[in-house]
Amino acid sequence: MNTRSHYDVAIIGAGMSGLAAGIRLAHFGKRVCIFERHNAVGGLNSFYSIGGRKFDVGLHAMTNFVRPGVKGTPLGKLLRQLRIERDEFALCEQKQSRIAFGPHGETSLRFTNDFAVFEGEVAQHFPAQADGFRQLVAAVRTYTDVSLDTVPVSARTVVRSHITDPLLEDMLFCPLMYYGSATEHDMEFGQFVIMFKALFLEGFARPFEGVRVVLRVLLEKYRAAGGERRMKCGVQKIVTHAGRATALVLEGGDEITADHVISSIGAPETERLVVAGGGEPASAPGPLSFVETISILDRQPAALGWGSDTIVFFNDSAHFTYERSTGQVDTRSGVICIPNNFDYGGDRVLPEGIFRVTCLANYEQWAHLPEETYRADKTRWFAAVQRSARRFLPALASDDALTAATVTTDMFTPRTITKFTGHLGGAIYGAAVKHRQGRTGLGNLYLCGTDQGFLGIVGAMLSGISMANYHILQKG
Amino acid sequence: MTKDECKKVVLDIIADIAPDEDLGNVKPEVRLRDQLQLDSMDFLDIVMELRKRHGIEVPEKDYQQLASLDSCAEYLTPKFDALAGKS
Repeated sequence: MNTRSHYDVAIIGAGMSGLAAGIRLAHFGKRVCIFERHNAVGGLNSFYSIGGRKFDVGLHAMTNFVRPGVKGTPLGKLLRQLRIERDEFALCEQKQSRIAFGPHGETSLRFTNDFAVFEGEVAQHFPAQADGFRQLVAAVRTYTDVSLDTVPVSARTVVRSHITDPLLEDMLFCPLMYYGSATEHDMEFGQFVIMFKALFLEGFARPFEGVRVVLRVLLEKYRAAGGERRMKCGVQKIVTHAGRATALVLEGGDEITADHVISSIGAPETERLVVAGGGEPASAPGPLSFVETISILDRQPAALGWGSDTIVFFNDSAHFTYERSTGQVDTRSGVICIPNNFDYGGDRVLPEGIFRVTCLANYEQWAHLPEETYRADKTRWFAAVQRSARRFLPALASDDALTAATVTTDMFTPRTITKFTGHLGGAIYGAAVKHRQGRTGLGNLYLCGTDQGFLGIVGAMLSGISMANYHILQKG
Repeated sequence: MTKDECKKVVLDIIADIAPDEDLGNVKPEVRLRDQLQLDSMDFLDIVMELRKRHGIEVPEKDYQQLASLDSCAEYLTPKFDALAGKS
């Protein structure tokens, strides 16, 4: 076992961003250790087992998918930077996804990993907006997001200068917000561009075995490069002196020192470790949290008539509202994910059917419930979330067909998110304010991951890479 | 070290950091950036791999010396020779 007490770099959290940062640093000869308070890696994108079944959390689909030969995109950069061969992730492409709006999804826009399909759908359903949409796409394609400190511009304002139909506007925002916005109602335009490219211009894919394939590859690279990790070993305090992080106090009470510290656990969460001696953190946790229902089925979803959609972003109301839910859960909108509906090649199918639905939820209304009420509320909302989502999928042969096919279920709530990821407020996408340069109040403490501001799992890995390069490797 | 050997060292590094590039027809006099899809992250990696594998230091002000294979050979060969002379 490792007994070293000083490292070149200590990384807090073994999620995608922490692992990616660790790989870069270890590859270039830094002595690195990742401290992870759980016994599993992955953070927000992990998996767990119940009754011998593995459940993915986080990952619906890997965004940013491009086919081999397409260069200069985030996926290609990440593979190069981490010295990963494309085939190691064994990505399988989505079949098709949809944005379905209206009480029963009356307006539906299909998209695939071929952008022409989406363009065609927009032109067909919104003929008067086709030119404006083309202009918007041109603006997205030519936008340069290289600067880490550009003045923020409202994405709603930019989109409205091209798109005049509020329904289409909302339909474009819905997937981009659900897949990565930490702010309510609007996004910064740079973030909109990143997400638009990630979802529409690039696309969705998934390894056959899910997120654990990606984690396995990262762990193997990290180990091979000589990186260390300590599991079930959280950091309870960051000791500071003269504007620098001088030591980390580990949960067991041991103390370690490092020249640099990279924290992937979030900005307010990191501040808490710094002020563990007293005082209140300055940055607020993010406002947005979610519930997700997971149903395991004894047959392929195709047998229920649900064989074509990979992801469905839905909204039943006149306007799409992306904000902290006023009730425990907001079932008006959400995301359906059917992992069986990726093209795994040949006759290869997942052994069981999986049906997942995500909706916005209110952390405060879940966090402090007595156990019995919590369980009862989970059961009640599970049914409500599924009922809402089913309106946007083909009708079932009978009303109880889904229940009859269900082998087991699980559900996570904002409370689960905080318990297992440490993110305050159940905020999967972190705090509303991002720190693009990863700087903190301390000279040798940097942020990576969610609160640095690159989202999605490709974004998370690129965040770790960029911060390791920018703050440590470029400086020799 | 000959200049051709030096070019080989650089090409080997590029092959590892950008395995998706075809390096069969790289013209030594043409800027690498103009014939391969290499961004600033990739150039940083060339510099860091030179340090890691060969102990060669390229200060930031000299990065432009790595623009083409020819200029790499021109700039790096004396550094390799100096290093070999020391040992």
